[in-house]
Amino acid sequence: MLRIALKMLFRDRAKYAMLIGGLTFCSLLMGQQTSVFCGLMMWTTALVRNIGAQVWVMDAKAEQANEVVALRQIELDRVRSVPGVAWAVPLYVGIEQARLSDGSFQNIQLIGLDTGTFTGRPMRMTEGRIEDLRLPSAVIVDQVAVAKFHKKGITLKIGSVFEVNDKEARVVGICHVARSFLGQPYVYTTFDRAMEFARPQRKLLTFVLVEPLPGLSPEELSARINKLPGLRAVTLDQLFWETAIWYIKNTGIPISFGTVVILGIIVGIGVSGQTFYLFVHDNLRYLAAFKAMGARMPTLAAMVLLQAFFVGFVGYGLGMGLTAWFGSAVLRAEQPPFFMPWQIPVFVAAVILFICTFSAAIGLIKIARLEPAVVFR
Amino acid sequence: MKPAIRVENVVKTFGVGEARSFALKGASFEARFGELLMIVGPSGCGKTTLLSVVCGTLNFDSGRIEVFDHDLSAMSTGEITRFRCKNIGFIFQQFNLIPTLTAVENASVPLLLNGHGTRGAEKTAAALLDQVGLGGKIHSYPNQLSGGQQQRVAITRALAHDPRLVLCDEPTSSLDAATGKKTLELLKERALEPDRCVIIVTHDSRIYHYADRIVEMEDGHVIGIHEDPKNFHHA
Ligand SMILES: Nc1ncnc2c1ncn2[C@@H]1O[C@H](COP(=O)(O)OP(=O)(O)OP(=O)(O)O)[C@@H](O)[C@H]1O
Ligand SMILES: [Mg+2]
Repeated sequence: MLRIALKMLFRDRAKYAMLIGGLTFCSLLMGQQTSVFCGLMMWTTALVRNIGAQVWVMDAKAEQANEVVALRQIELDRVRSVPGVAWAVPLYVGIEQARLSDGSFQNIQLIGLDTGTFTGRPMRMTEGRIEDLRLPSAVIVDQVAVAKFHKKGITLKIGSVFEVNDKEARVVGICHVARSFLGQPYVYTTFDRAMEFARPQRKLLTFVLVEPLPGLSPEELSARINKLPGLRAVTLDQLFWETAIWYIKNTGIPISFGTVVILGIIVGIGVSGQTFYLFVHDNLRYLAAFKAMGARMPTLAAMVLLQAFFVGFVGYGLGMGLTAWFGSAVLRAEQPPFFMPWQIPVFVAAVILFICTFSAAIGLIKIARLEPAVVFR
Repeated sequence: MKPAIRVENVVKTFGVGEARSFALKGASFEARFGELLMIVGPSGCGKTTLLSVVCGTLNFDSGRIEVFDHDLSAMSTGEITRFRCKNIGFIFQQFNLIPTLTAVENASVPLLLNGHGTRGAEKTAAALLDQVGLGGKIHSYPNQLSGGQQQRVAITRALAHDPRLVLCDEPTSSLDAATGKKTLELLKERALEPDRCVIIVTHDSRIYHYADRIVEMEDGHVIGIHEDPKNFHHA
């Protein structure tokens, strides 16, 4: 009888198409929107991921990674004096203005890495060597800088020159790093040179990056550092989540994405639920005939559940397939952001499962109430 | 010989309180093996209700119904359903063929419900359809068949699992006179067996003469049982 159930489903072409279409649309909408949302959240944590230090120390007033609150040089020594610190190095992060050879301006995120160790260096160099940062005026630019300059007709390559706050910067390498939320290019240099580039009032460090001694957990070490007044220490994970959650709480991003996702669920339930209800309703007379002919409730329930979950499965597959296709297309372009952790397919599957169960339940209630004697009328 | 079906003093009411109405007011009759029994009477007299309580798709208030020695009031709904699945074939007024299933798929449903595999069930159904002259139409959908052809599919479906009781409600009322006559002939030829009982509910007087006996109903009562249908005329 299960085959009969599937045949009844497939051959009711219009409703079958509506069901698959509705569920596909619903899965696509939910999968795509939540992935773009997660992608945006990933952008906000680009700095954290690009630098990758285990423990971050910042001014007590700084709430998240993209908030630049300057620290005095002396704080570096205070952190170094905490027991359990293997090493601690300064990191400079600041938005600066670059002036291009054609005279136009471009905001950049200047990153000053510890001059001796290059701690927080870009993980992927596509051209040049990190050590060349020791050369005079040297900077390393990211792929976003190359793309942005390219749009203005300037080709950035090793040897190119531009100005940062009126001081010469010479490109010695190109790296590929996670792009920032606002899309400002990352320009890496040494901490010492960053002090030269920075505007006079900002010649201070932003973060102290700390590595715990072997055997000491980052959580334990940050707890120790937190005892120092005026400083706040967090682990990499903490800073990642603090930053993402800060954006969730302080921007309208989750509301707009959440609205679309909820709309998707409503449309999914509306279209699919109603179509399935109509499908069962139209077949009620025949289901009653099956009942009269001796089909028992478990048989009919299995038929309806199979029909509901079959369309759910196909719609989910198509929807997630389209989401993945969209994702692979935009990932190549790196815009809009797209990030699909495993929770997203699971979440979408759960919603689709809910919609199908809900639809099937309505159908089953109708069938259970059905008097087999109605077929004689 | 024991009767195939014994119905004694069956009362069936619909609704409660003020709205309560009696559809059967103590109906009694017997059906024998190997006979074609017709239940006739004016519209609303309770024919369909009687058929429904006999096959257990409808509960009754009081009285006694025995089908092949099974006391229906002593059986659970599940038991009755299983009993019906195995022992009863149905032919409905509206045919009730599933529009999205082909003739052979429709006819195989009772076999599938009785646990046969799809391939075996369809093979059996196809052979049976061939016997009623629909060999070339087994993959047609109901809307591609004429009324008479649809009713032949319905007859094939009713008989596919070789039930001991065949129940038909107004099998000819959606058919023209000639097709109705042919359908009855086919039914008589294919369905009547010595160990089987066929009950037809109808008010189509043109087919009365096909019956072996006629149960006449009026207003919820059985008012007469006629052993000689050839000479039966409505009062
Ligand atoms: N489900 C129901 N609820 C309430 N009343 C019902 C129900 N089914 C039948 N009745 C009533 O019971 C009586 C007998 O109905 P039934 O359908 O058995 O008549 P019938 O002899 O088959 O008529 P027809 O020849 O028109 O088919 C009628 O008065 C009808 O209104
Ligand atoms: Mg009737």
